[in-house]
Amino acid sequence: MRFDTGGPALRGAAGRLSADRIASLTIALAAAALIALPLASLMRLAMAGDSELWPHLIAYVLPHAIVQTALLLIGVAAVAALAGIVPAFLVAGFEFPGRKVLEWLLPLPLAIPTYIAAYVYADILDAAGPVQSALRDVFGFRTGAEYWFPPVRSLGGAILIIGLVVYPYVYLTARALFKTQSASFAESAYTMGATLWQSFRYISLPLARPAIAVGLALALLEALNDIGAAEYLGVQTLTLSIFTTWLNRGSLGGAAQIALALLAVVTLLIALERTARRRQSVEGDVQDGTVTRRLPLTGRAAALATLACAVPVAFGFVIPGGYLLREAIRRGLISGIEPSLLTALATTVALAAAATVVVLAVGIAATIPLRLAPVKAARPLLAIASMGYAVPGTVLALGLLSPLVAGDELLNWLSGKLAGVQLGLVLAGSSAALIVAYTARFSSISIGVVQAGLAQMPREFDESARLEGAGIWPLLRHIHLPLLTPTLTGAALLVFVDCLKELPMTLLMRPLNVETLATSIYQFATRGSFEDGALAALLIVLAGIPPVILLMRMPDARETRR
Amino acid sequence: MFKPVHAVSLAAVLVAGAVSPALAQGEVNVYSYRETKLIQPLFDAFTSETGIKVNVISASSGLEQRIKSEGENSPADLLLTVDIGRIEEAVKAGISQPIVSAALDKVVPAQFRDPEGHWYAISMRARVVYASKERVQQTSLTYEELADPKWKGKICIRSGQHMYNNALIAAYIAHHGEAKAEEWLKGVKANLAQKPSGGDRETARDVAAGKCDLGIGNTYYYGLMQVNPQQKPWADATKVILPTFQGGGTHVNVSGVVLAKHAPHKAQALKLIEWLAGEKAQHMYADVNYEYPLRPGIAINPAIAAFGTLKADPMPLSKIANEKKAAAALVDKVGFDN
Repeated sequence: MRFDTGGPALRGAAGRLSADRIASLTIALAAAALIALPLASLMRLAMAGDSELWPHLIAYVLPHAIVQTALLLIGVAAVAALAGIVPAFLVAGFEFPGRKVLEWLLPLPLAIPTYIAAYVYADILDAAGPVQSALRDVFGFRTGAEYWFPPVRSLGGAILIIGLVVYPYVYLTARALFKTQSASFAESAYTMGATLWQSFRYISLPLARPAIAVGLALALLEALNDIGAAEYLGVQTLTLSIFTTWLNRGSLGGAAQIALALLAVVTLLIALERTARRRQSVEGDVQDGTVTRRLPLTGRAAALATLACAVPVAFGFVIPGGYLLREAIRRGLISGIEPSLLTALATTVALAAAATVVVLAVGIAATIPLRLAPVKAARPLLAIASMGYAVPGTVLALGLLSPLVAGDELLNWLSGKLAGVQLGLVLAGSSAALIVAYTARFSSISIGVVQAGLAQMPREFDESARLEGAGIWPLLRHIHLPLLTPTLTGAALLVFVDCLKELPMTLLMRPLNVETLATSIYQFATRGSFEDGALAALLIVLAGIPPVILLMRMPDARETRR
Repeated sequence: MFKPVHAVSLAAVLVAGAVSPALAQGEVNVYSYRETKLIQPLFDAFTSETGIKVNVISASSGLEQRIKSEGENSPADLLLTVDIGRIEEAVKAGISQPIVSAALDKVVPAQFRDPEGHWYAISMRARVVYASKERVQQTSLTYEELADPKWKGKICIRSGQHMYNNALIAAYIAHHGEAKAEEWLKGVKANLAQKPSGGDRETARDVAAGKCDLGIGNTYYYGLMQVNPQQKPWADATKVILPTFQGGGTHVNVSGVVLAKHAPHKAQALKLIEWLAGEKAQHMYADVNYEYPLRPGIAINPAIAAFGTLKADPMPLSKIANEKKAAAALVDKVGFDN
């Protein structure tokens, strides 16, 4: 998440364009307000709460939760980086057996909700599961207590399971950058005798760092905010402690206080990373017209590359997806598909698509004008606009309730004055609430991804266009948007799939009688039989596949056109 | 990528969401913490009998806050919840109004309703022990005994902060006081075979697979397991023991109903509450969800009756609800989940 304002050359030109500056400030302000509103009501909750719980929290809850959360995040970062960056580098720059298929299979774990992955792996690896049952049969054990087997419901299990379904955030952002950055650097280094590792370590990796940072930040925030998988796997994270503080310790105010403290830490960490990155900033010459060819790999190198890409796909997608498919078939769910499930599918896709369009618009509107007409004051606004992802879904939803109802009351007052009609809760009581919620939560994806894309784009483009007298709109239309298309498509996919599987906000904010696929799965899971929801889970995966394929085909089409 | 078609379907979703709640006659809006899969058959039966349509939102937390935020415009008529602590909190949040119904007072026993009528319990479940048939000879147990070192490394349980366990620990405090409850909880912790995790179904599964000998779970899960072909073997490998508190009975908790303060369809809402306490619905609670019906004279499902006669703990539910926070603090203090 990079909040970069203009370079020195542009600043001179921008100084003259005060109308532009006002416009960009206004847009950034609007985007920030959208996310700032729920945060403000969280702050109100936090301030209404007292501090009497804190000695207890500090003595008994937070130390353990902080350590567990830190270990979880470090572990997930390692898994997601390994499973995301290496395959992205390989599929973008090299040719090896299975590359084409693997390239579009690699993002698919994104469509598997973390709590579903946790259920599936517990089913497979728990004492009663097929793996341990087979071991008992082979070695003649009678009970699951007679031998040691790594417990899947544990911190280690959570790291592996969550890491293997969130790595696509890293893969997608890194791949887009590996593809658009001049792979020619890496290629020339490689042909000049550098090893594959050297060209990766010293050329490709530094160039892709902004994108990798964005992807990792998204992956880690997903891990941080997860509640279902952490609770199920018995990991006492800070997010879980926010919930227990609210629901069991009976202090919504205290929960809001922890949530805000956590948010402050996350914001600080992201800012630190950004500063560190700016100090060693590398600006690439993106897509300067040279055709990127992929280097063919042979022999052991090719086999290793195939393996490195196949392992994340196998564990993140094929195993959980295959398990769901088996359960769906076994239960006859596919032959007897319920009409309510199809309605849920249509609702889910419509909501996700609408939210994606809004989220992308916010991402573009909040970042590009600022590059053209930089305003210092806009920086903190953008930082605020990027915070939605760092707040646990249910907490963000709680924060959104009051602003939405306030909006409704305003609308009712207006309609009462103007037409003598009471509209009721047209915002808070309709699906509009969900679109607002998804936008508040996922705008940081589009803002972060667009910023990373812009950071890679040489400023000479803007400057020469501006010197030739091009206005903001033509510059945006003919230069920025076309160059950003791959990055934007990547962001669209992330947002769309995130909306498809979003559960906590949808549960709390959806209108009466509206079910999405995620809430349908939830209904089965609460009855202790999530497998009965296998088909709904599969439908999330299926709905996620077309945009993935679309995304994977796009840059290739551009390459051949050149 | 998604323009015209989705604009239309979105509009449809928006309109459907915005128009249906408050305007039409003959409907009732339910905010529910209970599983839709369980409750929907009840609502369907109610609609076909009365012609009153039931609109539902089900969630796992935050519905009280939603109703509170929505204020006077809230479409909510009823809040269906589980757990006495939660029910009392909803009342404390000021989102309820008294339910006045002589018919209800006749069929819901006094200990299962608020003296001022702010909540009525509808069904009941017990928190019991799933014991390995093979490895556990005992046929009766006390909750106190769960801390006995003879069970070292033999007990499985989900998170101590889950509301089911929270209420059990709160009941222990209500019986024996905080200091003794802390000792007990430490003892139970020392007896655990693994870190608290999973849900009641995982607990049963772990007992069946021999990971532990005793598991703590709710009665209805056991009933559900017996009718699920995949889970049947877990039920077959275990037996249910109804533990009791020394000098008390088996810990029970309830599902209940709260009438929203600004309920726009109050008459229909009252009708639904009365119907849920009626004979047909109570039979469904017993036979579809394997709960204990609250209405006297309704047969308990045979699968549940097979556990033996339930001697429900006479400790008043509101006393248990009062210890909810203390129970949560104890779980923190002894690091039960760590």
